[in-house]
Amino acid sequence: MSRSLSALAVVLTLAGFAASAHAASTESDYKAAYAAAESANAEAHKLRNQWTTAVSALKAAKMAAEAGDFDKATAQAKKSEQLSKAAIFQTNEQKENWKLMEIR
Amino acid sequence: MRRFSGVAIAGLAVAVALLGAPFAMAADTPNPPADLKAFQKYFKDKFPKVKFEDFVNGPYSMDEGLYKQWKEKEEFPPYEFALDFGKELMAKPFKNGKTLADCFPNKGIGIRQDYPHFDAKQGKVITLELAVNQCREANGEQPYSYVKDEMAAVTAYMAYTSRGKVFDVKIPDDPRALAAYENGKRYFYTRRGQLNFSCATCHVQSPGERIRAEVLAPALGILNAMPIYRSEWSGMGTTSRRFTSCNSQVRAVPLKPQDEEYRDLEYYLSYVSNGLPISGPGARP
Repeated sequence: MSRSLSALAVVLTLAGFAASAHAASTESDYKAAYAAAESANAEAHKLRNQWTTAVSALKAAKMAAEAGDFDKATAQAKKSEQLSKAAIFQTNEQKENWKLMEIR
Repeated sequence: MRRFSGVAIAGLAVAVALLGAPFAMAADTPNPPADLKAFQKYFKDKFPKVKFEDFVNGPYSMDEGLYKQWKEKEEFPPYEFALDFGKELMAKPFKNGKTLADCFPNKGIGIRQDYPHFDAKQGKVITLELAVNQCREANGEQPYSYVKDEMAAVTAYMAYTSRGKVFDVKIPDDPRALAAYENGKRYFYTRRGQLNFSCATCHVQSPGERIRAEVLAPALGILNAMPIYRSEWSGMGTTSRRFTSCNSQVRAVPLKPQDEEYRDLEYYLSYVSNGLPISGPGARP
């Protein structure tokens, strides 16, 4: 009996993980992710260091949302935001560190 | 005593700061002639077998096999059509009867080595490509695309008539010119794009190495051959095209052709190649 319960608990736990991993994104999830990505992209653009991959991911997010695939749209928007944040970090890091590469 | 100690410590701190200041400032004070010397020495030391004037031949100066191929290619150069077209465009009258040639000293013949230059009136770096379009617009004509076609043809013809003349780019005694030079230098060494590359990653650290099928050209003399016919492009391309495509290749969104950063970059790269002959137009794989 206790073995059955344990097995059931394991199955339910695994099912729970699987369900949470595949929780469907909603339109509002997408909109929030897209707004954050758009803002990060705009900042990178202002710094004159946008990454092509960040722009492509933002476009892919919009296209997926238009097709009603909010899982993909949200994932692409989050990817775009992370790429733009990396571009911003790179810009700030290089403000002084470009000198390390200079031929002197 | 406590007060004295405080003053003494503050004084010591000021003295240390003052002593250290000249070193810190010396490293950061713009010094184009020293940059030029160090830049050229770096490449001469890295490639002791390459003749100084051969650096303008880019990847061909780095690879014997490519050099032979290039010599054969030069018998029927792929940029030949651009030269004829460029010559025609230089002489073609605008609607007002003037020509592109009228805008330049010596009708644009043999002057490529003087570009880019710093224009004190406009307060900015003027590249040859910008000068061409400024001339067209001043005469009521539409500007050319900065990346290929007519612009590549006109600048190819102007480079061809300047072959053998050495780059003689000047940094006038004007803080704005020095700032433009420094801005160009900063752009050259700054990492960008998802690949985290700077211009120097390829053209200072790795010339002669292969990146996929290409042999990377050294930064020294890299603009002397512009514009170029590239097999990869199946056509001619300008310095603007080279800069924007380099940015895209490292996954950075390119700036607009002739944006300030690109003009300043051209100013820096041309200055540190002073003394090398114009070899453009070039042909590259």
